[in-house]
Parts: sequence; C-alpha cells; structure tokens
Amino acid sequence: MADFLELHVNGERHRLDVDPGKSLLGVLREDLDLTGSKYGCGEGQCGACTVLLDGLPVRSCVTPVGSVGAAAVLTIEGLEQDGRLHPVQAAFLAEGALQCGYCTAGMIMSAAGLLRSEPDPDEAAIGRALEGNVCRCGAYARIIASVRRAARTHMEGSHG
Amino acid sequence: MADETRAAGLIEPERYEFSEPPRYHFLLSRRRFLEAVGAGIIVGVVVRNVAAREYLPELARASAEPIGAWLHIAEDGAVTVFTGKVEVGQDIRTSLTQAVADELHVAPAAIRLVMGDTDLTPFDPGTFGSRTTPQMAPQLRRAAAAARVMLLELAADHMGVAADSLTLVEGRISHAHSNRTVGIGELTGGEKLVRELAEDAPTTPAERWTVAGTSLPKVTGRDIVTGRHRYTPDLRPAGMLVGKVLRPPALNAQLTSFDSTRAHAMAGVVVVRDGDFAGVAAPDEATAARALAALDAEWSRSRQPSHRELFEHLKARAEPPRGDADGRGSIETGLSAADERMEASYTVAYIAHVPLEPRAALAQWENDRLTVWTGTQRPFNVRTELARAFGIAEERVRVLVPDTGSGYGGKHTGDAAVEAARLARAAQKPVKLVWTREEEFMWAYFRPAGIIDVRSGVRRDGTLTAWEFHNYNSGASGIRSSYDVLHSHSVYHPSDSPLRQGSYRALAATANTFARETHMDELAERVGMDPLAFRLKNLSEPRLRAVLEAAAESFGWKEWKAKPGHGIGIACGTEKGGFVATCAEVAVERANRRARVVRIVEAFECGAVVNPDGLRNQVEGAIVMGLGGALWEAIAFEDGRILNGRLSQYRVPRFSDLPPIEVVLLDRKDLPSAGAGETPIITVAPALGSALYGATGVRSRSLPLTAG
Repeated sequence: MADFLELHVNGERHRLDVDPGKSLLGVLREDLDLTGSKYGCGEGQCGACTVLLDGLPVRSCVTPVGSVGAAAVLTIEGLEQDGRLHPVQAAFLAEGALQCGYCTAGMIMSAAGLLRSEPDPDEAAIGRALEGNVCRCGAYARIIASVRRAARTHMEGSHG
Repeated sequence: MADETRAAGLIEPERYEFSEPPRYHFLLSRRRFLEAVGAGIIVGVVVRNVAAREYLPELARASAEPIGAWLHIAEDGAVTVFTGKVEVGQDIRTSLTQAVADELHVAPAAIRLVMGDTDLTPFDPGTFGSRTTPQMAPQLRRAAAAARVMLLELAADHMGVAADSLTLVEGRISHAHSNRTVGIGELTGGEKLVRELAEDAPTTPAERWTVAGTSLPKVTGRDIVTGRHRYTPDLRPAGMLVGKVLRPPALNAQLTSFDSTRAHAMAGVVVVRDGDFAGVAAPDEATAARALAALDAEWSRSRQPSHRELFEHLKARAEPPRGDADGRGSIETGLSAADERMEASYTVAYIAHVPLEPRAALAQWENDRLTVWTGTQRPFNVRTELARAFGIAEERVRVLVPDTGSGYGGKHTGDAAVEAARLARAAQKPVKLVWTREEEFMWAYFRPAGIIDVRSGVRRDGTLTAWEFHNYNSGASGIRSSYDVLHSHSVYHPSDSPLRQGSYRALAATANTFARETHMDELAERVGMDPLAFRLKNLSEPRLRAVLEAAAESFGWKEWKAKPGHGIGIACGTEKGGFVATCAEVAVERANRRARVVRIVEAFECGAVVNPDGLRNQVEGAIVMGLGGALWEAIAFEDGRILNGRLSQYRVPRFSDLPPIEVVLLDRKDLPSAGAGETPIITVAPALGSALYGATGVRSRSLPLTAG
C-alpha cells in the first residue's frame, strides 16, 4: 500500500507513509521532528499547536494530515529567515512576552497569521484573534504589546 | 524554630510539601562532580544556614557539610554554574546569571547554568516556596566573588605583580601599569583548584549591583521564540518507544481483571502489568494508542464524596489543629471588649494548575542505571521516588530537568517519571510518556479546597479586639494575621481530602488572605469605616502599610466616585518575605449579572529588586492567574471522577479576561531580595470579591466568587 501523502512544510516537500487520519501535529512532531509546535490539550482549546496553512492559523492537533492537501504548512521552525527573526519573534523578545515559553510558538504563529490578514490590528483585534491561545503564565498584556510592536515595524511583506 | 524560620524569611512548610522527604547521598555527588568537571577553578558554597538545615534534617545528619552550588571556570574561560534549582518560567536562569555576572565581572552571555541534573548539581530540596532569590542567588554570588579573588591572586602570581593592581573585566585580567592581560581560563595550568567556602562570605550590596537590578532579557529567549528549545515532550532519542498508561475510571479503583492478549499480539508492543499499574510501550503513538485500547480491564468502584458535600466532609473529618500561628490572649476576653461581634465561614474550591506542558518523562535504563528526563520542580525528590519504586540506590538514578513549561507548584512529584521508567525497564529501550490533558486533570493533584471559619470582635472606633481563625484542610501558609489585635488565634486543621492535593502557587496563602481580607471588609462595613482606613488603623507593619498606601494612591482609592453597577475593593497581605496590596474595580451588567474587571492596581515589595522587568512579568502573571481562581476555576467531582477535566470544560483566563493592570514596584535596596513568583497572587481574589460586593450588594464568601 504505497499510499504516500505529500506534505509541504516550511518550503520543503515531504513524502510520508502515514495514516491520513493522523493529526498534523502528530506528523510534524513524530514524523518530521519539528517539535516547536506543542501539544497542550488535544482539542483545539489552547492554541499551543498553532501552525499556518496557506497563511491561515489552524490548530494542528485537530487537523487530520489527510485534509491538508497541497496547502503550504508554516511552523515556528520556518518563520526565521536566513538567521533573521520574524518581526513577531523579535517583538516577543523585545517585550519579554514569555515566561515558561510553552505557549510561545503557538502565540507567535497565531499573531503572524493575524498580521498577514490585518497588518495594523488594534489591541482589541489582537485579543480577539488570539482568544484561542492560552498563556497560563499570564503574559497576555505583553503578547498584545509584542504584536503591536511587530505591526509597527511594517516588515511583514518580506516574510513568507 | 518558628520565629527563626520567619526571621529567615522561610515559609512554614505545608504538610504535603514534605510528606516524602528525600534522603542522603550528598557526599557521593560531591566526589562525582569533581571527577566529572575538567581542569580549572572550582568553587563550592557550603550550606550552613541553620534554618535550612532545620527544614532539611538530612543535611544535619550528613557527616560533611553539604554543598549548595558549584561554580566552575574552565581553561577556555567558560563559566559554568551548577545549581539544583530548575527553570519553570520564573526566569531564574536569567536572574541567577545576573548575580554571577555581577560578582565575577564577566558578561552574562559568557555564563552557562547547569540546572536540575542530579548527577552534576548539588542536592536541592526543590524549586518552590520562593526560595531561589533569597537563598540560591546569594550562594552563587559568594561562589562568584570567591572565584574572582582566586583569579586575581593567580594572575598576580602569574604576572609577578600585586593582586590589587589588577582588574577583571569581561573575562580578562589586566595589569594596566605593564599593559599585560591574561584570560581567566589560562591561570590553572591544567590543574583543578577546588575551594569550598562558607555561606556567610560577603557579597556586593544591592546599591553597587551593575548587572542585577537591570532588566536583562531572558537568556534563553531566542531558543524559545524559534521553537528550538526542547521541553521534555520534545525529546526523541533514536529507538525510543512511546508509552501509555491504562488509567482507572476513577480515583482509588483497583484492577480486578486484566487481559492483554490482544495487545500482546501487536507487532513491537510491550505490555506491563504490575499490581494496579498497567501500560504499554510501542514504536509510535498510533500503535501505542491501539495497544492501550486493546487492553481488557475491569476495575473496582467505590462511593466517594462529591464537590457538593465537600465542605461538610472536610469539617467532619478534621484532625486536631497543628499549632497556632498567632496564639495570644483569649478570644472570649477579646470578644467581651468588642462593640460588634461577627462570625462567618469562607470556602475555596479545588483548582487545577493546568501547566501548559503536561507531565512528561523520558526514561532509559543502561544495565542497572536509570536516567530520566522530566519536567519537575523537585528533581532530587523524583530521584528518591524512582530509587524507591525500583529498589535501587539513589546513585544509580539520574534525573535531568529540561527547562520546563511551567509548574505553579504542580510538578513536585515524579508520577510520569516512575511510569515511564517502569515501561522502559520492561521494554529495555528508552520510553517517553507524555500525559494527555485529561490525565493531567484527573491524575495530577489539586490546590487544596478548604473551609475557613472566622470569629471576630471590633470596637466602634474600628479597633480590632478579637480574631479567631480556623482553616480546615486548605493549609497553614499565610494564616498568621498581620493586624494588631491583642487576642488572636489562627489554627490549621488538616483533614481527609477526597482528592489528591498538593502545592500551588502561594499555597494556602490565597485562601487565608481571601478569608481574612474579606472578613476585614465586613468588619469595616459593620463599624461604618472605609476599608482602607480600617486596615491602616489596625496595622503597624510598615512594609505592609507602604504597599497598601502605594496601591491606594495609584488606584485613586480616596478620589473614586461611586457609579451604578461598579464597585471597588482593596486587600493586602504578606507571605514568603513579600508584601502586596491590590485594588480592583469591577462592573456588573444588570441584565445578565456578568462581572467585568475594569482595572487592577497592585503594589508589591520584595526587598531589593533583581530584575525589574522580570519581576513585573511575574507580578502581572500572578494577577492574571489569580483571576481564574477568583472568578471561575473550580473542580467538580463525584465518586472519584473529575467531571470537568478538559480545557473545554475548565475555564482558565484568556485574552478577553485581561483587565488593564498597573504594577507598582517598591524597590528596597536596603533589604534582602525575597522571591516574587508566588506572593503577588494572594490579594487578587479578596480585592475582586470586595469590588464585586460594591457592585452587586451581595457578599460572596466563596472562591470562585459568585456574582450574586
């Protein structure tokens, strides 16, 4: 049964022999060793597993890999370009917007997705877009400030 | 002892903190450490702190004085610090780096911390109780200060000049007069120079700090924002199996029948049954899940108390009190001197930590040696648990703690470590076990629930005359009243908890501060006084007065004008050497009774501030976490089952819950630094409760609060 599944992740093509019902998160972590996306709840409630599918944030823990099709998957590992941090990553560092860091990858991916569709969101819009991401350490105010800071740098266009 | 403990800024341990004390084996680790590190300068700090030895009786039994921390300067100039503390998001990796950089005069980037590795780091009771900053940071400062003196003396010999003519900057020692320099690693000539020094060696006073006292960014920040840091669930050694544990349907269930025939038939699957423990290991997640589902098991069930009868149960099963934190005067005398008397009961629910990284462990056996990577706040305690579980000596067990996705007091035990090690022993391969969120809710432990009875008396002029305080089950932390009252008794009654319970950020100080401060508000109202004025009238502790006044000032307490549907509240408290006061404004919509937190102002003082931005981050986080326990979080349970054990059923604070928060830090450079990860949470709930009362006219005496 050579039913290979083709997956486009961070600009690379992968041919995978996996059950199409397996979660995208499981494939990223187990089959591709991309462990930056985290398991937090397994029911799409915490956002720690967030990746972008063709630029839109999805919860990879509840996304069957068979449903991804030809869509481009972008994970936290693919956000940095040539050693240069994405503006959201840089802003998280500048604002000290993390404590334990376990939610950070999902937060950054959700924020990067937001800035693609809405380059200059206000605080309320950021909060709405990130409502599905939990930071148990409570760094919410700093995360909002980071997304505002990233928006101000006006550099989103240069990032894939 | 109690006074000495308080004077040293230590907490009085909750009984569940020390129920399974670690034992022995400090001296072996000293020898092993010295063999393991390379040539260079090695400085160890001896733990002589009397109070520390008191709460760790095994330290007193040790035949040589134990080492608290090591500092190693290698021949290439690399500075490595070895501490048994662990990083769980409180950012001590950064603040401890600052302490070492300050004393050693090297850049923070040149310093590496090895944390929570039981083979390499000296014994440490665990990362809890806000003890890293007051205890570990000074130890590291002393080690670094001594290392600097050693370096200067060595360099003086090397150059044939006086040590006081040399300067150490950024890892190089210079003799300005002759224009010569030497790197700090080049001085030991391939030898190991070992020095142990006493804990009371002098360190730089806070006024002269250069690196500490500044907002150094998180040293591991880049690895985290790029996804490179590997938490325990991210470890994947070659040949690793995935483990899963068969969970009973309820707490206290016993395995009555077990058939693993179907699972055994699956390729690559290992099945373990050992008493009531049963689990599987398989080459991948999907196979492990299939194998687990193929186990046929039956469990005994029993009737157990539910959340509806919890508080009656806790009072009915209470044990005699353990000591009296105030213990002065006679309540009856105090009450007879009062114009107004009051009695009230307050309750707090069980709540879950919900650390976003679930409990996880990777276990590996090599012959009779066991190595386990796991996210825990107590690696040495986990080592003890493992050694006992497998009947092997502790020196055959190594526990390593990757920087962990939070704990909040919830990761003191080694459950996942023991389970993974049991599966790995059967499989003879490394096994990784990551708990699901549902397992987290059901099989970890909770912040204790409790019921608190208060009886008090007050004179018409607002003077407290009597204070009697009984805490059932939730704990003794923060039970002592800071108010001036001649007749005062505050006692803790342990009870029989239907659910497994343990540490939580600030322990019972949240429950005790909630009950005390809510009751203070009720008394203020009874005598017709403003809640702030009533507190200040009965409070002489200057540090507590200072935060109370600072919070009220920034909030605009005295200027606030009443608005329909709005209320304000204030609360203060002290715990673990920190002093905190919170003011809150709440609005309640008339139509649906939904409460909205309009704003929060919190003033906090914990001595000399080590990292202002890191401290603000901790205070902000504690306030946000405190919102959950104050407003929504409560575990529902029945017959040993958790009824809301999923993130979709258990509400934790989210972005939309975030009120504007203002943090006021009082920096007391004249006072020793206390820890700050916990205490800022304790006044959030009573301030919100009081504000909610102002908004609705209905007093809630329970956590979570009810909007009336």
